Amino acid sequence: MLHIVNKSPFQTRTLDTCLRMAKPGNALLLIEDGIYAATVGSATEERVRQACATLKVYALQPDMDARGVTAKLIDGVTLVDYAGFVDLTVEHSTSHSWL
Amino acid sequence: MSEQQAAPASGPKVKKFMFVNRKAPYGTIYALESLEVVLITATFDQDVSLVFIDDGVYELVKGQQTKAIGIKNFSPSYRALDGYDVEKLYVDQDSLSQRGLTEKDLLVPVEVLDAQQMGQLMAQQDVILSF
Repeated sequence: MLHIVNKSPFQTRTLDTCLRMAKPGNALLLIEDGIYAATVGSATEERVRQACATLKVYALQPDMDARGVTAKLIDGVTLVDYAGFVDLTVEHSTSHSWL
Repeated sequence: MSEQQAAPASGPKVKKFMFVNRKAPYGTIYALESLEVVLITATFDQDVSLVFIDDGVYELVKGQQTKAIGIKNFSPSYRALDGYDVEKLYVDQDSLSQRGLTEKDLLVPVEVLDAQQMGQLMAQQDVILSF
């Protein structure tokens, strides 16, 4: 399963709930304001690093670039472009776009 | 899944649909929209599950009285779901307890699951729609 989170972790509990329910081996793609979770020095850094141990974690580069935080990417998180986004949705039989 | 095997052999494949409800009922339109899509999906004889997580558990609280806010109280509709063969309602245990709620506060029978069980259930779905 591919989990897609598009909300800032500082605005909603979406990421926390997603991480609580995601199963080992699932993929997590952070997009839009969700990408702030994948930045070093943030309060979510530790949670995302822990998630990387059991999940494959991706962040959408155009959204990181737009927000000026690409250089702060947590190592262990993989950047993808729009084509990579499409590939992820094809690779996983189910996508869960958390709202 | 046994439910899928029960579908007519000639008919279209029955898919497992999960509706994830994570918003309180009247602050936004999401809860009502979810309910409407659930009813549409059920009309097409699909295998429908509803899960209530985070503020979504507030959708099921008994005793909602909306007259003074001028919005229709749609909570009785959850009780009508079994008439559409929608009987799989699941609630996240942590979301309930964080809000001081128990199963007794809810207006329909539900199955309370922990996060791991909820994850298992999600893994079994063909389609997941989030509201």
